[in-house]
Amino acid sequence: MKMTYREAVRQAMHEALVADPRVFLMGEDVGKYGGSYACSLGFLEEFGPERIRDTPLSELGFVGAGIGAALGGLRPIVEVMTVNFSLLALDQIVNTAATLRHMSGGQFSVPLVVRMATGAGRQLAAQHSHSLENWYAHIPGIKVLAPATVADARGMLAPALADPDPVIIFEHAQLYNLEGEPAEDGHCDIATAALHREGADVSLVTYGGSLPKTLAAAGQLAAEGIAAEVIDLRVLRPLDMATIFHSVRKTHKAVVVDEGWKSGSLAAEVLARLAEECFYELDAPPARVCSAEVPIPYARHLEEAALPQPARIVAAVRRMLGK
Amino acid sequence: MTVPYDKPFAQKLLFDMLRIRRMEEKCAELYGAQKIRGFLHLYIGEEACVVGVLHALAPEDNIVATYREHGHALARGVPMNAIMAEMFGKRSGCSGGRGGSMHLFDAATRLYGGNAIVGGGLPLAVGLALADRMLGRRAVTACFFGEGAMAEGAFHESMNLAALWRLPVLFCCENNLYAMGTALARSESQTDLCAKAASYAMPTLKADGMDVVAVHEAAKLAAGHVRDGLGPFFLELQTYRYRAHSMFDPDLYRDKAEIEDWKARGPLHTFSARLKAEGKLTEEEFLALDARAEAEVQAAVDFAEAAEWEPVQDLLKDVHTPGAAP
Repeated sequence: MKMTYREAVRQAMHEALVADPRVFLMGEDVGKYGGSYACSLGFLEEFGPERIRDTPLSELGFVGAGIGAALGGLRPIVEVMTVNFSLLALDQIVNTAATLRHMSGGQFSVPLVVRMATGAGRQLAAQHSHSLENWYAHIPGIKVLAPATVADARGMLAPALADPDPVIIFEHAQLYNLEGEPAEDGHCDIATAALHREGADVSLVTYGGSLPKTLAAAGQLAAEGIAAEVIDLRVLRPLDMATIFHSVRKTHKAVVVDEGWKSGSLAAEVLARLAEECFYELDAPPARVCSAEVPIPYARHLEEAALPQPARIVAAVRRMLGK
Repeated sequence: MTVPYDKPFAQKLLFDMLRIRRMEEKCAELYGAQKIRGFLHLYIGEEACVVGVLHALAPEDNIVATYREHGHALARGVPMNAIMAEMFGKRSGCSGGRGGSMHLFDAATRLYGGNAIVGGGLPLAVGLALADRMLGRRAVTACFFGEGAMAEGAFHESMNLAALWRLPVLFCCENNLYAMGTALARSESQTDLCAKAASYAMPTLKADGMDVVAVHEAAKLAAGHVRDGLGPFFLELQTYRYRAHSMFDPDLYRDKAEIEDWKARGPLHTFSARLKAEGKLTEEEFLALDARAEAEVQAAVDFAEAAEWEPVQDLLKDVHTPGAAP
């Protein structure tokens, strides 16, 4: 059954709330407003204010409260409006959620799920548009997911909630209106990367909001006779490198598409691991298509120029293949 | 005021303070001998605070503490052996040697750390209280922090959340007047901490943190309010640390005379003098309690010395929960 990414997120949360009385949703405007991306519309009426909990504008406080609630036996879904605002809660996520199990010698796990929107593309300028997934993917002790499809938006929440450790889910804001099909049973894993398109000439590795752009680029390349393989990382920590290695051993060429800035990016991590493990399999220096090193600008033409676009991906592949 | 407790309970309060004092004096010595490393923040002088509060709590209650939490762990019932082994970095420590002095944890007594981010424990306490409320448990979450934490955003956000949602949190501010080396008046526009807390529409109470009776009476009242579902409570315990902030601190920012004034109000000698005057303690009994505390400390040191180091092969243990997806 076709649905939007937004509806998939909503259904996944609805299913979790119905299935487990320990699950509750907490965040800014998740209740009366229905969620800043309308992912929890109608929940307040259905589940009541205890389980659909509107919070004050206190990211540090309510994310930390989510950690405490998880320790206390609940299964919180904490919604942070955007990754940009999550920086106000960075201390609790990095210094507490990620460390508690280890610091306590394994006595306390933190079964917390934090969802947040990420990414650019809507002319929201430099405080609402950044892609900082990589900051979180740097941290041992947390898992980082980036559902790029309707199936993953629908399927990733249940295993994230079942996970005894903190999981952060990044929903790219440009994907909420995307249409697609969830898996038949609604389920998926949160461990592996996914092959979206097979091809023998080059491996295109991407995640999140860049997946549709990368698939569009692969379509254009096919029209030019270049067969690109497209891999969606899905899980940003821990990375499923086996799937990427497998692909690169076949294509011998890799381009990573990442909406984060190039410096210190996830793309850099993927390429470093390719260099460590697959150096002699590579027939060309690997390449990256990332965001320009600038705070995301407001003006539409400048924002578009700052972000990875299908044309830039196509150009990077052509350059690599000498075409 | 006479001590309103019978002899066994009065002596129990004294003994609990004595155990903390003797353990920490030994810790300082062991730090000099390089058996304990890292940061070591001593609670010496402040013992009445935790002993008075924890005796007002029940086993089902939660404790959230700071990096100056040796006394909290001990008074809560974490075995001294496990605390000492933790400070030595041994596997049999109460945090498996992964936490050290600043991160004492104990699931059995619901001690949720040992948090070394100032103010970091407050949101956690709010969440623990939220879980208790939503799961229908009648527990209190006691959250200890210093007055320095009251300048942090986490303090304000947590106070607001707890009051807004009427959560069962007992906020215990151990006001020792110095945030590391910065005096209260040099860091806060409002030095009346209860006034600050009261702005969150929360009841508050100030108590002499050098007097275990005053602390315990205030804590009983505050904990009772919280346990009865009337919402959070803010308790200010006015106290003083006799030692420097940490073992690295040369303590150049306090008057020697000020320290001596506070030492004259010391929680151990003033309380034992009162008990003696009231016929609830003899010098022989005091010496026997002290000897018991000293013996426990020595046994804990022996335990920690003999305890095994964790094998390095286990380095990556407890980053994730075993059995979870990788």
